[in-house]
Amino acid sequence: MSRRQTVAVVVGLALYALLPPFLKNYGVYLMTLLCVYVMAAMGLNLVVGYAGQMSIGQAAFFGIGAYHVAILMKLGLPFLAVLPLAAGSCFVIGLLLGFPALRVQHHYLAFATLGFNVLVYLVLRNEQGWTGGTFGLAGIPRPTLFGVELDGNLAFFYFTLASTVVLALLLAWLLRSPWGRAFAALRDNPIRAESLGVNITAYTLLAFAIGAACAGVGGAYYAVLVQYIEPSAFNVPASLMMLLAVIVGGSGRFFGPLVGTVVVVLLPEWLRFAQNWYLMVFGFAVVALMVWLPGGVLSLADRWRRARR
Amino acid sequence: MADFLQLVFSGAAIGAIYALAALGFTLLWQASGTINFAQGEFVMLPAFAMLFFLKVAGAPLWLAFLLACVVAMLILGYGFKVVVVDPLLKHGVIPLVIATLGLSIGLKSAVKAGYSAEAQPFPAIFPDGLLALGTIRVSYADVGTLLVAGLIVVGLQLFLNRTLTGRAMQAVAQNTESARVLGIDVKQMVLYTFLINAVLASVAALLVTPAYLAKFDMGDSIGLKAFYAAIIGGFNQTRGALLGGVLVGVLENLMGAYVSPAYKEGVALMLFLVVIIFKPEGLLGKAEERKV
Repeated sequence: MSRRQTVAVVVGLALYALLPPFLKNYGVYLMTLLCVYVMAAMGLNLVVGYAGQMSIGQAAFFGIGAYHVAILMKLGLPFLAVLPLAAGSCFVIGLLLGFPALRVQHHYLAFATLGFNVLVYLVLRNEQGWTGGTFGLAGIPRPTLFGVELDGNLAFFYFTLASTVVLALLLAWLLRSPWGRAFAALRDNPIRAESLGVNITAYTLLAFAIGAACAGVGGAYYAVLVQYIEPSAFNVPASLMMLLAVIVGGSGRFFGPLVGTVVVVLLPEWLRFAQNWYLMVFGFAVVALMVWLPGGVLSLADRWRRARR
Repeated sequence: MADFLQLVFSGAAIGAIYALAALGFTLLWQASGTINFAQGEFVMLPAFAMLFFLKVAGAPLWLAFLLACVVAMLILGYGFKVVVVDPLLKHGVIPLVIATLGLSIGLKSAVKAGYSAEAQPFPAIFPDGLLALGTIRVSYADVGTLLVAGLIVVGLQLFLNRTLTGRAMQAVAQNTESARVLGIDVKQMVLYTFLINAVLASVAALLVTPAYLAKFDMGDSIGLKAFYAAIIGGFNQTRGALLGGVLVGVLENLMGAYVSPAYKEGVALMLFLVVIIFKPEGLLGKAEERKV
């Protein structure tokens, strides 16, 4: 990252952190929600942008994380103990689901994850004993961190923001490691990567499982943010939104999910005036964006630079 | 036993409808590498077009169906190809998948906001009543659906294998470059594929809507089953789509009746996972070589 970019990132982050005290409750909630979705989207970017796979089941992992937190925290476990459990479960389930799908062709993972999402939704809806069925689970407590209660919306916002930054740094480190560079090789030319000794299946599978774990972490924060969860928040449309966030921002770019999540979460808020029509506008806007800018919003900068030369 | 056979039969009927959608899906993939995530909406839209012609224009059902086919060929065939697929195909599969996902959301929401969010009744195309075959009784609707879908699949097979145009289309699907060298008008053939897909979706709409009603999100389930049916049967085989569709329909019906209706929707996924573990190219498919 160049010096100018580093400065831009730090300034952007500082502005983001300084804004909430001046906002009403709903504004703070939206900004926290953005952080939560960014976590899941960053994980998905690893799968879509770096490993070059399609996944349409990120919301299922998001939901698995959320239900872990809801069920276990209501049994009295602390948040910080449940968090690794949620991430770990998603990681393992990711491995189990990805293994058959990734043995074959790239678009198979898309279908497998899509169906998996439907299945998870059915389980959440039907297994009432555990998940509360369509009524969902209410009264999820906010976490307590080393004796400090994070009940207030602002306190919880800063906790979530800090966690998002930590996760982002972890992923950045991962992508700079030799292991991460193998990813890029995979996406750019899988056959050449394979001939250089990169085990395609193993790497892609791990990328998918790590992406799933990120969604589990995001889901865990989501559960304690909204304090009430029900199955429809984790159905296929939510997965599509996350996938769109990654692609709209610019998949395979580190800050792509960030930009994309802002667009995907805030655009419907701005389009409220259109009421019933807003999803239609949104859907066709995505088609138009892909036709004009298949590389996502962040590819505008490249295009501009190329045009100047 | 009679119950079992009846379940198999009605499952096969709904499976035949999945097969029609799956067939269009496979054809698009073979000819142009397009994975259409809006395939379910391509079935939903003709259903509403038919309703429109029936109610607003007062047309009889056969005319409404023909008009819907024409509209589908124009918009979902030609329009879809020119506006969405052509500009995006050179950027690879992922932008196109995202665009079709966006299209799916857009079409669904347009119908929901512009027409109705409620399920709309649709006139029956086959007479009511049951037909006794030995000890089992099957409805005329199921028999009719199976017959129509079967005829369409056989007709399409004959067209693809016996006519010059059909064989040219297959050549394009197998190897675009060689086909071009042989003087086949590749663009024309790809366009035919898109038009055929639109017609197949319209027929599926005509068959599925009387029983399942016209609703803005009716495509969700059909689209997903179509993908699975296509892969289970073999992505590069036309016959495979039929086998996959019928298999999914029958197993779903049996699962719903004997195990748990709540998890009926999960059957296709399970079958898909099992098939790709043991026979990744699909039940009837042939393994493909990779191009370096």
